[in-house]
Amino acid sequence: MVAITATDAGTGGGSLRRLLRRRSTIAVLMCVPLLAVVLGLVAYPAVYSLFLSMLNKAETKFVGLDNFLFLFKRETFWMVVRQSILFALVAVLFKALIGFIAAHTINTIPAKGQRKWRGMMMVPWVIPAALSTLGWWWLFEPTYSAINWLLAEFAIPAVPWLSQTFWARFSVIVVNVWFGAPFFLIMYLAALKSIPEELYEAAAIDGANAWQRLVFVTLPMMRNIIAITVLFSIIVTFANFDIVRVLTQGGPRNSTHLFATYAFRLGIESGDIPLGAAVSLFMFPVLAVLAFVILRNVRRRIQAI
Amino acid sequence: MTASGSRMSRRRFLGGTVAGAAAVAAPYVKTSHSAGRLSVGLWDHWVPGANEAMEKICLDWGAANNVEITLDFITSIGNKLLLTAQAESRAETGHDVYSVPLWMPSIFRDSLEPVDDLVAEIVSRHGPLVGVADYMAKFDGSWRAVPAPTGSLTLAMVSRLDFYREHAGIDLQTIFPAGERDPALVATWTYDRFLDAAGKLHGAGFSFGAPIAPGADSQGWLGQVFNAFGAVLVDAGGEIAVDSDETRAVLDYLARLTGFMPEAIYAWDDASNNRWLISGQGSTIINPPSAWAVARRDAPEVAAQVWHHDVPKGPAGRFRTSVPFFWGMWKFGQNKGAARALLVDLNERAVVETMLRASQGFDVPLTVSFRDSDVWETATPPAGVLHNYPVRGDEQVIVAGYPAPPAIASQIFTQAIMADLVARVTADGEAFDDAIGWAGDELAGFMRG
Repeated sequence: MVAITATDAGTGGGSLRRLLRRRSTIAVLMCVPLLAVVLGLVAYPAVYSLFLSMLNKAETKFVGLDNFLFLFKRETFWMVVRQSILFALVAVLFKALIGFIAAHTINTIPAKGQRKWRGMMMVPWVIPAALSTLGWWWLFEPTYSAINWLLAEFAIPAVPWLSQTFWARFSVIVVNVWFGAPFFLIMYLAALKSIPEELYEAAAIDGANAWQRLVFVTLPMMRNIIAITVLFSIIVTFANFDIVRVLTQGGPRNSTHLFATYAFRLGIESGDIPLGAAVSLFMFPVLAVLAFVILRNVRRRIQAI
Repeated sequence: MTASGSRMSRRRFLGGTVAGAAAVAAPYVKTSHSAGRLSVGLWDHWVPGANEAMEKICLDWGAANNVEITLDFITSIGNKLLLTAQAESRAETGHDVYSVPLWMPSIFRDSLEPVDDLVAEIVSRHGPLVGVADYMAKFDGSWRAVPAPTGSLTLAMVSRLDFYREHAGIDLQTIFPAGERDPALVATWTYDRFLDAAGKLHGAGFSFGAPIAPGADSQGWLGQVFNAFGAVLVDAGGEIAVDSDETRAVLDYLARLTGFMPEAIYAWDDASNNRWLISGQGSTIINPPSAWAVARRDAPEVAAQVWHHDVPKGPAGRFRTSVPFFWGMWKFGQNKGAARALLVDLNERAVVETMLRASQGFDVPLTVSFRDSDVWETATPPAGVLHNYPVRGDEQVIVAGYPAPPAIASQIFTQAIMADLVARVTADGEAFDDAIGWAGDELAGFMRG
């Protein structure tokens, strides 16, 4: 080794070899693929869509924030904002609740039998959403709904699942909850399993009942995972596209449009790409602030431990 | 930061902002074929067998002209045809020749090569095109696409002969026979008479079914009703004209008509009305012959009672909605010489006639002289079922959104403004003035440059 170093000293090849042997150099080189992916598939599209949102409709002129100001004056756009918030909050609430209850229920099953339940509960999450939503569409079909056929067997009037605003919103939220609850289930189940059993034993010795164990042991121990899953789910739910696209196409009367489907309608279907880009970017600052606040709180709690 | 006159493309953005990231276009390598390669993106036809016929025509043409043809049939389900066009036009790479139906020539007018000479050649060989072709594909005096040899359709009334005879006392075959028609009888087919019949048929359990939703069929049939009442959302000069007595009249009419229609129409897609007829529940839908063709296969007893015929006449006339199909060539195409030859040669009568037969009469060519084909006369059952599918009488052919300038009409269509305006009144019970006010506000948004 020494001989090689001496031989190479003073040559360009030797300098390069030394550079390559530095840990920092190797670290940088190993990060290059990831950096390329982040720059190419995250940073570039984000900057480009921001750029697009600041062009006029014909994409010939820079108009600054005019597209956003234009949207602020549109009744339909504000309806989309309200719907997206309603959709995201209600869906995430029920996904978290159902995931939490299901995780607790599965966690009480003896370890030997848990695997099959975990597997079955994950089925909605592993089926591509566009495909499973097609199945739901058949259940909700406007004229020949399978659910309505069952209801008719019990003399219950047909429900206008997709043709009335309330029921259409209900339907898209139900499908989103069905699809997304398993994610919460698996995350909460992992969190539950990481809580030391000794804490429950100590609580039991102190006379804590089941409710008190839940409130004073389980929930505090799961705060971080709950915060992160809720944050992640809010972002993903706000950005949902396929469920609404397949189930309602934003109808009836635009009453189920979300940011992504409305952006698609304006940008792709109507050929107004800058306005579509502005719609899709509208929630970015709000979600960025939300992410900052939640992640800061999580970091503080971790540092406090 | 302006770039007047030309679109700020993705490539220009890249070139201007990312140093060293200039895209290097792959060199065009000519093959052993003397006229090179031609990549063609075509609409995936609804009618089974039509794609195979078109593929054979294109490959035969390629073999005869020493052009290596690559064909892709792209479905319009889920707007994939439009999505692919958006991707290709922005990336400035893709097919050489592309199907651009309905509003796509307008949406992509800046990316499509002018084809004035090709249209002139087609017209000189075969005579004039239907009037709606100019409206859809000619902008600022320049054609951006040529008529496609297949795909164009119209939205006729598709009715059950037996239900109309039994429950409404109307013999549609007498009014619209498979031959010479009596104009006096045709004149009795008005929207008032249709409303009366729709009420009786609804009472008998066989309702008229048509969507009032975001899909294309919905905009199509509502467009013909609006025009028949003289109601236009935006006039030919680009002025918002929705706030009118005619709009109130058509909303009033549709409020009464929807009382005789299924509640589910507000969530129907473009296939729902087909299923409505084929199931035996529907008395009338507004459609090309695809519903009849499927019924012939799946429900022959229904197909045997189906009749295609004219739409009713309103105070402003009788209007039939069409969906014109065009083929265009991208400006960035690699083999424009071969593309130009293909666009002209595939507009020959023999090609169009072959496709008419392959599509079982679904297509209605945009070249007027090609409409003398006997394909609609020979379709059966019942005999003459498609005779009146192409326009035979006093119907004016339009596109939903007409007469607004195409750049605005396309947005009226894609954003389902007519359907939402109607549904606000008929489903939500909104006052006429409120619904019209909403529509006016939406339309004002379409005027932005």
